[in-house]
Amino acid sequence: MNAYGYPGSVMSDPLVEARGLVKRFGDIVAVDGIDFEVRAGEVFGFLGPNGAGKSSTMRMIGAVSPVSAGHLRVFGLDPATDAPRIKAQLGVVPQEDNLDTELTVEENLYIYGRYFDLPREVIRRRIDELLEFAQLTERRDSRVEPLSGGMKRRLTIARGLINQPRLMILDEPTTGLDPQARHVLWDRLWRLKQQGVTLIVTTHYMDEAEQLCDRLVIMDHGKIVAEGSPRELIERHSTREVLELRFPVGVEPPPESAYNGMAKRIEILADRTLLYSDDAERTLAELSERGIHPEQTLVRRSTLEDVFLKLTGRTLVD
Amino acid sequence: MATPAALRFFERQARVYRHTWRGSVVSTFVQPVFYLLAMGLGLGSLVDRQGGPEGLPYLVWLAPGLLAAAAMQTGAGEGAWPVMAGIRWVKFYQAALATPLTVRDVVLGHFGWVTARLGMVAVVYVGVIWAFGAVDLLSGLAAVLPAVLVGLAFAGPVTAYTAGLERETGLSSLFRFGIVPLFLFSGTFFPISQLPGWLQPLAAFTPLWHGVELTRWAALGLPTAFPPAVHVAVLVVLFASGVWLSMVRLTRRLVV
Repeated sequence: MNAYGYPGSVMSDPLVEARGLVKRFGDIVAVDGIDFEVRAGEVFGFLGPNGAGKSSTMRMIGAVSPVSAGHLRVFGLDPATDAPRIKAQLGVVPQEDNLDTELTVEENLYIYGRYFDLPREVIRRRIDELLEFAQLTERRDSRVEPLSGGMKRRLTIARGLINQPRLMILDEPTTGLDPQARHVLWDRLWRLKQQGVTLIVTTHYMDEAEQLCDRLVIMDHGKIVAEGSPRELIERHSTREVLELRFPVGVEPPPESAYNGMAKRIEILADRTLLYSDDAERTLAELSERGIHPEQTLVRRSTLEDVFLKLTGRTLVD
Repeated sequence: MATPAALRFFERQARVYRHTWRGSVVSTFVQPVFYLLAMGLGLGSLVDRQGGPEGLPYLVWLAPGLLAAAAMQTGAGEGAWPVMAGIRWVKFYQAALATPLTVRDVVLGHFGWVTARLGMVAVVYVGVIWAFGAVDLLSGLAAVLPAVLVGLAFAGPVTAYTAGLERETGLSSLFRFGIVPLFLFSGTFFPISQLPGWLQPLAAFTPLWHGVELTRWAALGLPTAFPPAVHVAVLVVLFASGVWLSMVRLTRRLVV
């Protein structure tokens, strides 16, 4: 809303805008000319394997890594000249934990609030709320070291929220956590989304991206290979369903020609064969008619994992 | 009123010290007591039989030199381990740089805190020297400022050195081959005129020697080799170039 109370151009301006964005480290091109926009209120995902350029992109958005070439604006500001003003409105959850192990849980939030020059009373009030949000109220006076991995990540997120950022950037927030801790963490991110916080998330967990992201880009070798909502991407690049076949170890799986006419696309991977079809149950029935008897079969919906496989020829998590 | 950004980083350092001050205070007290007992009184009783340097009791002559050496060790230490923790072990530099703080703010806040630490160490040291009866209190306190300057002249370059280190083994080498020899051969324990002739000019180029000249001048009124302003200038240049180089190297390391 602008000053007159109408939705105006101020509101619809993207929070982050990149055109031909490049990051080089010596001869290595980490980010190879990417374009994207992130709008207020959305959850935007960067998906891709390690080394795809996701973290480099996040660090450029976070104004801690100079842009090598191209155009980047965050809140309409240039990171090269306005880094402190950008960072003042940003919440950052880095890939690698950098909580202050020389301080307590509460002090971590307090000192971070001071870095943003927030008044002490404001920080004290927010600490109570944020500890509640991060489910760490009981660990308030604890040192950081004995906290579990999941707790540390939640504290990092709470720390990133101390300045009530307009935009939060989270780099692989769930990597290295056990499934239970991952679940708790994604629940917290879901709450932020519902409160209208704009999030940029990188992950290589496709299931999470599918549930949380409004829009996402798939990155590979520094380039964006696809962009859209999870549903759009799946519709555009995959079939509705997939039939997964597993054959006993040591048995040569049937070649592609064995499935002629049964599926729109066939992928034979090291550990399984994937048949892409809009009605996987029918495909399964045809399979036994042709005398193919896998050890295990699974009918499932297409996921972003399948989109990634189609676009890059590789599986994401190996 | 906005708090200057460097001061916000200073606050972090001070907050950490709230957890560690007990241990630090004990060692700050104990170290001068041990040195003054062993060297000043113990060794001094032998030295004084032949007449101490400059016609002073050895304890009196030694104490300001020890003060300068302690400042050197504190300054070098503060430029080493906390900086390594900042960039590698804890990474609180990276955490701070994700906020509106810049490398410049972090570096200035760091040196601000080092100055405060040096002030504490020097005041305690002077108090102990005074308790040993080796200096009157006012003259002793006059040596606090030169001592802080000595500490900074080491903290600056050592911070810059640490900022570029990949592994922490570089730190123990620095102390083993840099700080310890300086401690022994910079005129703290004996005048450098006692060194072999060819070594004397070398000793005169070491930063600690300039500091020792200054603390003896401030505390005991002894004449300095060069005008005091020259000694001060040497130390200030060392500190200033250390600060500048620290900013350059930390930027190269952390803003990539």
